[in-house]
Amino acid sequence: MFTTDDVKKIAKLSRLHITEEETEQYRVKLGSILEYVNQLQEVDTTNVPELQHAVMVENVFRADEPSIDLDERARAMEMFSARKGDLLEVQAVFSKDE
Amino acid sequence: MKTIRELSNELKNKTLTSEELVRSCLKKIEEENEALNAFIWISPTAIDEAKEIDRRREAGEELGVLAGIPIAVKDNILVQGWEITAGSQMLEGHMSAYNATVIERLKNAGAILIGRTNMDEFAMGSSTETSHYGATKNPHDRTKVPGGSSGGSAVAVAAGFVPCALGSDTGGSVRQPASLCGVVGLKPTYGRVSRYGLIPMASSLDQIGPFTLTVEDAALVMEVIEGKDENDATSIELASTTAPELIEPDVKGLRVGLPKEYFVAGMDAELRARIDEAVKKFEAAGAVIKEVSLPHAKYALAAYYIVAPSEITSNLGRLDGLRYGYHSQGSNLLDTYEQTRGEGFGPEVKRRIMLGSYTLSAGYYDAYYKKALQIRTLIKQDFDEALKEVDVILTPTSPSVAWDLGAKFNDPLTMYLSDIYTVTANLAAIPAISIPCGTAHGLPVGLQLMGRAFDEHMLYRVGMWFEKK
Repeated sequence: MFTTDDVKKIAKLSRLHITEEETEQYRVKLGSILEYVNQLQEVDTTNVPELQHAVMVENVFRADEPSIDLDERARAMEMFSARKGDLLEVQAVFSKDE
Repeated sequence: MKTIRELSNELKNKTLTSEELVRSCLKKIEEENEALNAFIWISPTAIDEAKEIDRRREAGEELGVLAGIPIAVKDNILVQGWEITAGSQMLEGHMSAYNATVIERLKNAGAILIGRTNMDEFAMGSSTETSHYGATKNPHDRTKVPGGSSGGSAVAVAAGFVPCALGSDTGGSVRQPASLCGVVGLKPTYGRVSRYGLIPMASSLDQIGPFTLTVEDAALVMEVIEGKDENDATSIELASTTAPELIEPDVKGLRVGLPKEYFVAGMDAELRARIDEAVKKFEAAGAVIKEVSLPHAKYALAAYYIVAPSEITSNLGRLDGLRYGYHSQGSNLLDTYEQTRGEGFGPEVKRRIMLGSYTLSAGYYDAYYKKALQIRTLIKQDFDEALKEVDVILTPTSPSVAWDLGAKFNDPLTMYLSDIYTVTANLAAIPAISIPCGTAHGLPVGLQLMGRAFDEHMLYRVGMWFEKK
């Protein structure tokens, strides 16, 4: 049902590095799960609306005021992988040769 | 272990102190947790917190309804200052920056948080075997699984470590382990309990719910944790749960529905016998037993395994190696993402992320995700119709009792099928509870009751009647 290339493409979309061995395992197991969920195709859903969310609430507003305390902010920042003072550090998004 | 109600009374009457209670819990955990692996971590401040509650009680202060009661927390609910792992290597070392709303409410009610319980990685699993911290064992037979994903919480209550534990239920992750371990487990109506501070799995399905020894205790805990929260836009303002002492446990004249699609071949015969006996008890007490039809229920599991992975792939996108826990530096940013996620996630999580990426990808969205949401509508309509004819729907919680550790581990589809009776309540956003219902093959059987949206009262009423029988 899935080819090795399909699995590699999905892994790329998922931002997951997987090994050759894993690729083969996922090809088989994802294939069997997909085969199972394909039974949905036998149901006629013409004009059936989608149930996007479980509770029908719309436009839930609250005042746009900072509610986080500074300690909480500091605790969250402490967890970041690399920082310089109050600045969060990440690798460059674009490289020169792209 | 005594119930919350009994312990609360002893604490109030000062025949027991919270310190004594917490010490006895910790002693039992120390003796047996290594073999069962229910707890990943025990709070070093629990005894001090218990002493503080005792001091306040001695001083005559007004205390909350759970004052001095030890409660365990599934390791995907944030407690400020505690590490949180969600059973994954991915979050190892990550400390919670704030309290989940349910934790805030438990603390305000005086509960003593004992520690973090083991779970399937990011709540993905039905046996608590996908945890990075090893499998949890069933206390009724240590060669069997406890169910999952909240297996650690179920075992913490079933083994008598604590009278209550919190879990989360996305497709049965509270009810199914409750069933396999012989305790009560409730999945509230979607929107009743705030999800703020719960690590999300599938946001349109997730609900936090309690494990307890009795239905009355579940109602007691719900009174504390439920209700509108401005930090969760999908939480609903509602009249709170009826206080358990005001619930009349009675089923006379009540209409109990048995979905014909559930009672088919494939259900374990001895387990089925326990459920049939339960139905006879209802009948003898004057309840009206009716067959109902849920024609689309047979598609629920397939729809679930599209809806949930689609939401999972989106929710777990935040785990990029930068903001939380595990980090594996690559030669560029994309490599860092792919390496971190490839190394940090276990196989079941990767499987579901990839499945979700596929069902949401260009060219497949309509055939899978959109189709599954349409079928979700049909499933909800089935339940709405059935629950016009009956007051409560009765089924087994799980098609089998606890199975051997490792038996389904390498066969994801077979593992998924163990949630076949539970996923529907999440898709239809209705409340459901699992209650102990005897044993089959020497292991606990769970009876599931499902009710109308926001009518937990009915589940408490029927459940409290059933457990008194």
